[in-house]
Amino acid sequence: MSDEEDDIILSELDDEELVLQMHDDLYDGLKEEIEEGTNILLERGWEPYRVLTEALVGGMTIVGKDFRDGILFVPEVLLAANAMKAGMAILKPLLAETGAPTIGKMVIGTVKGDIHDIGQNLVTMMMEGAGFEVLNIGINNPVENYLEAMDDFQPDILGMSALLTTTMPYMKVVIDTMVEKGIRDDYIVLVGGAPLNEEFGKAIGADGYCRDAAVAVEMAKEMMARKHNQMAAG
Amino acid sequence: METELPSDTRLTDDGLAPSGEGRVLVLACGALAREILAIVRQFTHIDLQCLPAILHNHPERIVPAVREAVARSANYDRIFLAYADCGTGGLLEKAAEELGLEMLPGPHCYAFFEGTEIFVERTEDEFTAFYMTDFLARQFDAFVWEPLGLDRHPELRDSYFGHYETLVYQAQTDDPQLTAKAEECAHRLGLAFERRFTGYGDLETSLVSFAKATT
Ligand code: B12
Repeated sequence: MSDEEDDIILSELDDEELVLQMHDDLYDGLKEEIEEGTNILLERGWEPYRVLTEALVGGMTIVGKDFRDGILFVPEVLLAANAMKAGMAILKPLLAETGAPTIGKMVIGTVKGDIHDIGQNLVTMMMEGAGFEVLNIGINNPVENYLEAMDDFQPDILGMSALLTTTMPYMKVVIDTMVEKGIRDDYIVLVGGAPLNEEFGKAIGADGYCRDAAVAVEMAKEMMARKHNQMAAG
Repeated sequence: METELPSDTRLTDDGLAPSGEGRVLVLACGALAREILAIVRQFTHIDLQCLPAILHNHPERIVPAVREAVARSANYDRIFLAYADCGTGGLLEKAAEELGLEMLPGPHCYAFFEGTEIFVERTEDEFTAFYMTDFLARQFDAFVWEPLGLDRHPELRDSYFGHYETLVYQAQTDDPQLTAKAEECAHRLGLAFERRFTGYGDLETSLVSFAKATT
C-alpha cells in the first residue's frame, strides 16, 4: 500500500505499528515480510494465538472485505493468502504446543467435477485462524471422499465448495447420501462458492450458506455455540 | 444487419452499442459478438448489442448489467439474450424469465459451442481440461493472463492451473493462425494441447431459430 516499503525496518516499529504494517504487507502479498513480522512478534513474547488473530486474521479480514467490494481481484487474494499461509506455518506448531483454544473441527472440500479451490483454501485458513481444526480434502471430491473424511476426522462441520453451475447440484447428492445413512444430523453442513445463494443452500438441505470466509467463521462459531447449548440442555 | 465488428479489446472492456436498426435485438456477451455476426448477418431485422465480455470475471455484475440494457431497449419488439448461465447460479435465467426474454441453454459458452448435452457428459472424464474458444484465444492476455495476475506474478501459474493437464481448444472456425495462438497459450500455461472443431454449436441453432421466428 505504501511506497516507502523498502525503507521500513520492521524490527524498529513498536507492536501496534508493526501489526498495522503487517496488515499492509498482507494486503500487498509480501510473504517474506509476513514471516519476518510473525517472528518479531513471537520474539517479543506475544502468544502465537494473538499473533495469528491480530496480525494475520486481522489483515486477511481487510483483504476479504475489499475482495467482496470489488476493490481487489483474485490474484491479490491469492497472494495475500499465500503470505498468510507462510505466517501460519510458523505459528501452527507453536499453537499446538501452547494449547490454543479449539472451537471445533471441520472437513472442507470442493465437490466432484470442480477444480476451483482458492475460495475454500481461504475459508480453511480463516477457520483455522478462528480456532477450528480443519481437514481440507482438496478438489474434485465424490461423496465417498466426504464420507471417509468425516469418518476418520470426526468433524463437527462439513463444508462444501462449488464454483460451477454444473457442479453445485452435487452438494445435494452428498447431503442426500448423509440422510440415507442416517448421519445427516450428526454434522453442521455449510456450503459456499460464488454462484450459490441462500435459497439454494436451503433447497438442498444445508444448515447454512456463507457468502465469504468472514461469514463462514461467524456462522460456524454461532452454530457450534448452539450445538453446545443443546447438548448441555439435552 | 450491418454492424461493424469492433476490436476484441473493445468487446472485452466496453462491449458494443446497438446500431439502432432492426426490430429485434440480440443482447449478447461481448465474447460472442464475432460469432453472432457471422450467424445472423443475413437477417436485416436483427440488431446486436454486446455487454463487456470481461463481466465474466465478475458474474455478480451480469444480471444488473442485463437489466439495465433491457430497460433501455423498449423500442425493440423482442429481445434474445445471448448468454448462458455464466456462473450466475440460475439468477440470469430467472431475470430472463421475468423480463420475458429467450435465452441460451446451458451453463457457459464452452458447453453450448460443443453442444451442452455432449459437453456435460464428456466433462465427467475431462476433468483436467481447460477450455479455450476462438475469442479466448484472441483475448487470452486481457481475459486470462492479466486478470489472474500472471503478467505480474508468473509464479502463481501452478496455484491456478496445477491440476490441469490439457488445454482443449474448441475451435469455432478453421483459422491456422488462431490455432497457433491457442497452442502458444497452452505452452504458456504448461499444458498439452488439443484442438477440437466445434463450429457455433447450440449458439447457431438457437439464434437461427429465433431469427426465423421473428422475421
Ligand atoms: C479463478 C477462476 C478460475 C481458475 C481457478 C483456479 C483455482 N485453483 O481455483 C481457473 C482459471 C483455473 C478456472 C477454471 C475454470 N473456470 Co473459473 N473462475 C475463476 C473466477 C474468475 C474466480 C474464482 C475465485 O477463485 N474467486 C476467489 C475466491 C476467494 O472467491 P470464491 O471462490 O467465491 O470463495 C469465497 C466464497 O464464495 C466463499 N466460499 C467458497 N467456497 C466455500 C465453501 C464453504 C464451505 C464456505 C462456508 C464458503 C465458501 O468463501 C470464499 C472466500 O471468501 C470465477 C469468476 C468469479 N469471479 O467467481 C470463474 C468461474 C467460476 N469459472 C468459470 C468457468 C466456466 C471455468 C472453466 C470451465 C473455464 C474453462 N475455460 O475451462 C474452468 C473450470 C474447470 C473445472 N472443472 O472446475 C465460470 C463458471 C460458469 C458457470 N456457469 O458455472 C466462472 C463464474 C467465470 C465465468 N463467468 O465464466 N477458473
